[in-house]
Amino acid sequence: MDWDWNFVREIMPTLIQGVKITILATVLGSVLAAIVGLGIALARRSENRIVARSVGWFAEFIRGTPLLVQLYFIFYVLPDIGILLPPLVAGVIGLGLHYGTYTAEVYRAGIDNVPRGQWEAAKACNLGGRHTWTHIILPQAIPPMIPALANYFIAMFKETPLLSAITVLELMNQAKSVANTYYRYIEPMTLVGAFFLVISLCSVVLLRWLEHRYGRIER
Amino acid sequence: MTQWSGYLGLILQGALVTIELTLMGSVLALIMAFLAGMGRVSRFFIIRALATTYIEFFRGTSIFVQLFWAYFVLPFAGLSLTPLQAGVLALGLNVGAYAAEVVRGAILSVGREQYEACTALNLGRWQGMRHVILPQALLVMLPTFGNNAIELLKATSVVSLISLADLTFQAQVVRSQTGSTLMPFLSVLVIYFALALIISWGIRTLERRMARGLDGVRV
Repeated sequence: MDWDWNFVREIMPTLIQGVKITILATVLGSVLAAIVGLGIALARRSENRIVARSVGWFAEFIRGTPLLVQLYFIFYVLPDIGILLPPLVAGVIGLGLHYGTYTAEVYRAGIDNVPRGQWEAAKACNLGGRHTWTHIILPQAIPPMIPALANYFIAMFKETPLLSAITVLELMNQAKSVANTYYRYIEPMTLVGAFFLVISLCSVVLLRWLEHRYGRIER
Repeated sequence: MTQWSGYLGLILQGALVTIELTLMGSVLALIMAFLAGMGRVSRFFIIRALATTYIEFFRGTSIFVQLFWAYFVLPFAGLSLTPLQAGVLALGLNVGAYAAEVVRGAILSVGREQYEACTALNLGRWQGMRHVILPQALLVMLPTFGNNAIELLKATSVVSLISLADLTFQAQVVRSQTGSTLMPFLSVLVIYFALALIISWGIRTLERRMARGLDGVRV
């Protein structure tokens, strides 16, 4: 086992290309997950029993099955019914949908934590359904959720290597192709590991700060 | 029709491999969780530091990277693992790190008075842990352990990428042999979901059994 710094310097540009895609996928996936999660959380509170029940089961199903198989499903099955997606788009949809079911739980907890009195006060002020949500409930519910949401986005970031299985050229895939070309696995794989470790150690600090900033609920 | 039954057999074989991996990975994860989780509340700085390093390292890098590292890099260090060994090792160590935090949290959640009672009864640290603290903490850990086991089940799909013939791998085989995409992936998703339901049902049953006789003891 020998570490070759020259080789590291040689492969660095390729890996950085991969890092860009990894970050892009994470950011897009996070945005999608935030939206999908809110949609699921609201649908599960719907007055319509059938909508609430079926969305609940759908979310449960997605949460109980592996992301990798879901990615395969989006990437291989959808083209058969005429929806042809580029790998990155398929990957982002997979990430967003999978983590959307997790963020939905965060939203649910956040919304349930808004005291009943606020709902009643909104009704007393004669606010309609939409205004109650946008002006009263969500502004109080969202700040305490931020640390938990960030936690899932970091988890998503660590799952992006799975996108390499559906041919997205992110960090892991670049590392694999470099490794297969030169038949040197030590440097690329270790660098990928180090990259994820560094980012997630930094994110621990970020999370602490977010918890400090938003975690407390002032009443 | 006979063909389909053949392919179904293939997928069921994959299911057996997935179950085997989940069981073996869970056992390793459970051992690591207790070692590292109790290590984190140790009196000795060295043990605490070791446990923290293990936990941060394995939580910080994704399971996929760890698996590839174990499978492709370790052979260069003279340690060749079969895909199954690499899979169990990576899954067990990764999920063990997450579960270790559960163990630590549960041990700390046991009230101070219980520790004081241990001292009052002249129990040693180990005796107190074994007879007083852990039996109460175990019940707190159980639901989260169930979630961790489901995460482990989902993570097993990644081993298909190092050519271990699990459910996901067999789905790919069926896809490439038949050209059909919906059947293999949908059936595999359903099997994963069924396994996840079995785990959560099992944990609930276990929880109920363990809570028996503790009524009124727990606050």
